[in-house]
Amino acid sequence: MTTIDKKTSATSAPLLEVRDLHVEFHTRDGVAKAINGVSYSVDAGETLAVLGESGSGKSVTAQAIMGILDMPPGRIPKGEILFHGEDMLKMSAEERRKIRGRRIAMIFQDALSALNPVLSVGYQLGEMYRVHLGLSRKEAKARAIELMDRVKIPAAAARVNDYPHQFSGGMRQRIMIAMAMALEPDLIIADEPTTALDVTVQAQVMDLLAELQREENMGLILITHDLGVVADVADKIAVMYAGRIVEQSPIHDLYKRPAHPYTRGLLDSIPRLDQKGQELYAIKGLPPNLMKIPTGCAFNPRCPKATDICRTEVPALVSVTEQDGGELPGRGSACHFWKETIHG
Amino acid sequence: MGRYVIRRLLQMVPVFIGSTFLIFFMVYALGDPVAALFGDKAPDPATAARIREDLHLDEPLWKQYLLYMGAIFQGDFGTAFNGQPVTELMASAFPVTLRLTLVAIVIEIVVGITLGVVSGLKRGRPLDTGLLVLTLVVISVPTFVSGYLLQFLFGVKWGWVRPSVSSEARLDELILPGVVLALVSLAYVTRLSRTSIAENVRADYVRTAVAKGLPRHRVITRHLLRNSLIPVVTFIGADIGALMGGAIVTERIFNIHGVGYQLYQGILRNNAPTVVGFVTILVIVFLVANLLVDLLYAVLDPRIRYA
Repeated sequence: MTTIDKKTSATSAPLLEVRDLHVEFHTRDGVAKAINGVSYSVDAGETLAVLGESGSGKSVTAQAIMGILDMPPGRIPKGEILFHGEDMLKMSAEERRKIRGRRIAMIFQDALSALNPVLSVGYQLGEMYRVHLGLSRKEAKARAIELMDRVKIPAAAARVNDYPHQFSGGMRQRIMIAMAMALEPDLIIADEPTTALDVTVQAQVMDLLAELQREENMGLILITHDLGVVADVADKIAVMYAGRIVEQSPIHDLYKRPAHPYTRGLLDSIPRLDQKGQELYAIKGLPPNLMKIPTGCAFNPRCPKATDICRTEVPALVSVTEQDGGELPGRGSACHFWKETIHG
Repeated sequence: MGRYVIRRLLQMVPVFIGSTFLIFFMVYALGDPVAALFGDKAPDPATAARIREDLHLDEPLWKQYLLYMGAIFQGDFGTAFNGQPVTELMASAFPVTLRLTLVAIVIEIVVGITLGVVSGLKRGRPLDTGLLVLTLVVISVPTFVSGYLLQFLFGVKWGWVRPSVSSEARLDELILPGVVLALVSLAYVTRLSRTSIAENVRADYVRTAVAKGLPRHRVITRHLLRNSLIPVVTFIGADIGALMGGAIVTERIFNIHGVGYQLYQGILRNNAPTVVGFVTILVIVFLVANLLVDLLYAVLDPRIRYA
């Protein structure tokens, strides 16, 4: 059990690569197409931020990677999820279970509801060691205390038998992080890890996560709807809309020069101190109904630049270049008018 | 915790006094026990008056009640009309009913929760729908129908068990009566745990448990079941009292000489000491069972703390 080869992939394949992933949900009212061809990759030590509104498919992608989608109603008609070059969608349920928690771990948004209310945090942390490594109850508890120390929970030894509701929001999220870190996974997926927290605590939790990631050289997928959270910690960013990636970019380039009207809209709607007193910009309209995604570019009904082609033809995610044709590595946009958007 | 228990025990005192007085009032004030003692014959007035004096029946009701309560706390529950002390009746009846209740509760817990979990995990599937219909039928059919039916099928037609229970009332004889007694509660336990499971299976902490890579059986037993059983335990606890006192029909069908049987006889013959004595004990059973449930609640759910 303890000799599962970790971090031994000699190939040059990325740690995780999602290829043309499609996810749909069959409901009584019809088929909701939650993910419509998403591709992205993460390397060891790299942080990918996935940005999007509610319903953009950012969490569903993460659940598909973890293998915790409810199927049915969920279905993956197409796509590959390669972990160390191996397609996880082709693995048996048991093989996937062994990867979950041990090699790919997940941090959920609301730690109060994501932790079991009737089990002590020590038990819930120790469970990772007992199930995956077969440690005894006593050993597992000792490791749980070490973990709590590691995520800087004060008086860990005294609090190991406390229950989730006895901790503050920030401390609870630290426990979630500790749980994900327990078996030193290769990849952590954090689904809005700071959304439920106070702003001051947000920064602390984010710093902790980034610090642990550096120490362990893990890959990190950071799912968020908050552009402010990701700026300092992410290496690259993928912006999602209606189940597609509409723009991808190294992190700082995106803030300076967005190449998609949706991204521009998101950046413009961040409140800024130097514009105090002026009306705050908002992208007009609502995210599309996933059962009736608009034809052409899904963003066209809300886009200030939309023309006829946007209503008929789905724009592909294409490489973005400088005006003179110079390369912009890692940048891509799924807009018919990316040139005008980035350079204009 | 200790203070909470003491407070709850103190709260039991007025409930106990109130409910026993009510029973006492109804039984003694609504019928003439001396007339009942003589059955159909008219009593000799002098004898009747002497009995009344002996039994303090000529005293005002409140005084009778006080005298009765005083005697109870010295272990004297009075004498039944046949001259047998009520405590003797209790000593023979309560162990039998206790065994019957035990059989019923075990069936209720094991079968009810198992069906509920299976049904809840398969919500909306044919199995779940089938179980829902079945439980509805069971709830709708009165015990005297299901009791006689099962007795006829298993006891008479197929001859798998003896149709009536012997005076020893051994555990194996009590299985069929236990099933009959448990049937309705079992249906409720099934429905209750089904709803609870179906609700909790979508909970975030279950998703977390899956994301931790725990095997499915561990997710269900350690994480899902533990949370889902809290309301079920409450129901079962309250049901213990109901089963102990509510076995009248079942005990009559299977000729079991337990609490229900004695109570029925007591009521039929207007046998006041038996009725009041047995009901008093049942009141205590109810109160203690409820206290235990509340305490168990705190054990199952650490968010509940009594102070």
